[in-house]
Amino acid sequence: MGLHKTQFKGLAGWFDARMPTAMAEYRKHMSEYYAPKNFNMWYVFGALAIVVLAIQIITGIFLTMNYKPDARFAFESVEYIMRDVPGGWFIRYMHSTGASAFFIVVYLHMFRALLYGSYRKPRELIWIFGCLIFLCLMGEAFFGYLLPWGQMSYWGAQVIVNLFSAIPLIGPDLSLLIRGDYVVSDVTLNRFFAFHVIAIPLVLIGLVVAHILALHDIGSNNPDGIEIKDRLDSSGKPVDGIPFHPYYTVHDIYMLGMFLMAFFGVLFFFPEMGGYFLEWNNFIPADPLTTPTHIAPVWYFTPYYSILRAVTSEFMWVLAFGVLAYGVLLYFALRAQLARYVALGVAVVAALLMLPASPLALDPKFWGVVSMGASVMIFFGLPWLDQSPARSMRYRPGWHFWFLIAFAVVFLVLGYFGTQPPSPVNQYSSQVGTILYFGFFLLMPWWSRMGEPKPVPDRVTFAAH
Amino acid sequence: MSTDTTAPGPADSDRRTAIVATCVVGGAGAVAAAVPFVASLTPSERAKAAGAPVQVDMSSLAPGEMRTYEWRGKPVWALRRTPEMIEAVKKIAADRLADPNSLRTAYPTPEYARNELRSIKPEYFVAVGICTHLGCSPVGPLAADTNPALGAMPGFLCPCHGSTFDLAGRVFKNKPAPDNLEVPPYKYLSDTVVLVGDDSKA
Repeated sequence: MGLHKTQFKGLAGWFDARMPTAMAEYRKHMSEYYAPKNFNMWYVFGALAIVVLAIQIITGIFLTMNYKPDARFAFESVEYIMRDVPGGWFIRYMHSTGASAFFIVVYLHMFRALLYGSYRKPRELIWIFGCLIFLCLMGEAFFGYLLPWGQMSYWGAQVIVNLFSAIPLIGPDLSLLIRGDYVVSDVTLNRFFAFHVIAIPLVLIGLVVAHILALHDIGSNNPDGIEIKDRLDSSGKPVDGIPFHPYYTVHDIYMLGMFLMAFFGVLFFFPEMGGYFLEWNNFIPADPLTTPTHIAPVWYFTPYYSILRAVTSEFMWVLAFGVLAYGVLLYFALRAQLARYVALGVAVVAALLMLPASPLALDPKFWGVVSMGASVMIFFGLPWLDQSPARSMRYRPGWHFWFLIAFAVVFLVLGYFGTQPPSPVNQYSSQVGTILYFGFFLLMPWWSRMGEPKPVPDRVTFAAH
Repeated sequence: MSTDTTAPGPADSDRRTAIVATCVVGGAGAVAAAVPFVASLTPSERAKAAGAPVQVDMSSLAPGEMRTYEWRGKPVWALRRTPEMIEAVKKIAADRLADPNSLRTAYPTPEYARNELRSIKPEYFVAVGICTHLGCSPVGPLAADTNPALGAMPGFLCPCHGSTFDLAGRVFKNKPAPDNLEVPPYKYLSDTVVLVGDDSKA
């Protein structure tokens, strides 16, 4: 008759006979998804990211009930939410704390991947979806930040949209297209509202689903970096695996409790977080005629912002030389003839466009934008840059781990300098930081192959507790 | 350490207690978190301030004149009834009205208006000018024999679905509207000045 056979009785049976997918997917993704039993704390951040996404969507919906996306009313409507709407301050603080929490959680989630090689074959696609999610998240944060229409909102948007005007030939027209006007205005606010409220959230949800489906198709990595599916018991289940539900659902709910304690601690006692989560300048309505003296992007963009600021006309010599040297390195390292010549050719052309002495040189302004873009896009390349025989840092030579820590420190230092006003120390440190940042990634094919990896065990390291 | 990876069986009683306790506390947390969200749907301070009482000076009305004032976004009628209008109301037989004594509770009639003329002072009628059927604002006051729907009765006619009301806002029988016109809370601040939206004694 078309109905499926079901083992369930009653209402559950009625449903299962008509949509067996529901129970089947639950089994596939929860109760019969075998995850490695040696997960540690680093593995909680994916689940937390989903929770924060849900928080942002729900609080966002309630905010749109009272927010007015009109340059005349936007700032006032946020104050209305904070003061007049019952519980409005709570919803608004959940959303602003959630935005910063999202980036903290996502950065830690990505760091786990760097620690344990979660981006490596066969999980490159999961990593790519993740990087796309990261890009969307940055866009979502950027569009959302304009909405309160404060001084920081306005000038941050003005600067970032002007980044696009740095692109040769099409830049200014592209900026016009993005803004919808000659300066950031009510038109821009309205379309950023549309992007922030529905366009990017839909894309984000789609990408998160793809990210998790791709993960479940392959199976999770683990801190030892070994494939648990290589060793199956007599019923076909990995001997080192445990069903996600109930083991990791319980663990995740516990850690969710810890996270929520910290989250609400911030919300109730330090919602502005000293001006890092809610910037002081944003409590002033947008004024197109006056730029605040101290402009900084929100904290989660500051490392890339530092890299943008580091590219000055003097630094172009360093960059050009670096690109040329890299081209030469690739020429000798690559085996395929075509690849060698293409690499060298591209490097030479790039150097011609970069060297201050060259007649074809493009402005450092342009190369600053390119560097900032490259600093984000380079994450996509990790699965191919990392050539270490061992997947997890645990079995790689000890100094590889310290290289990774050094990278994290550079990231944080660049971030710190990004919050500070320009100064000679700031500029010099950011320039050194930029070199180290790109060096970590671009030289990874060589340094990751150096040193003697430790023997990788057959079974996961796990102690009953 | 066993390498058995079979699915876990039913929870033992300690586990069950822990699960139940967690669910109870978690549930309490979820309810607590939901409170501000639901509260945000209720009227904001601005909405409440906009709903503040409105003062109406009845002495400016000519006999038979009706004016409409806004209170809480709704039209409030102030009608100065002539002696003929008052007679007309008293003459209507109870069996022609759906709720002659204003006993229905959908729009409870305040006790100071639960009289034949549905007002504090017989001469001045205060009511919310919204038909109790689906919310249109009725037309009127119409004199007797000026409209086939009302016929010999003076009163109000709702143009949307034809409900009719007498000059005390009482709905006629066999019409779509089930209730008499709502009488808002109001009180006299002086002989002629009415405060619509506030009927406190203090």
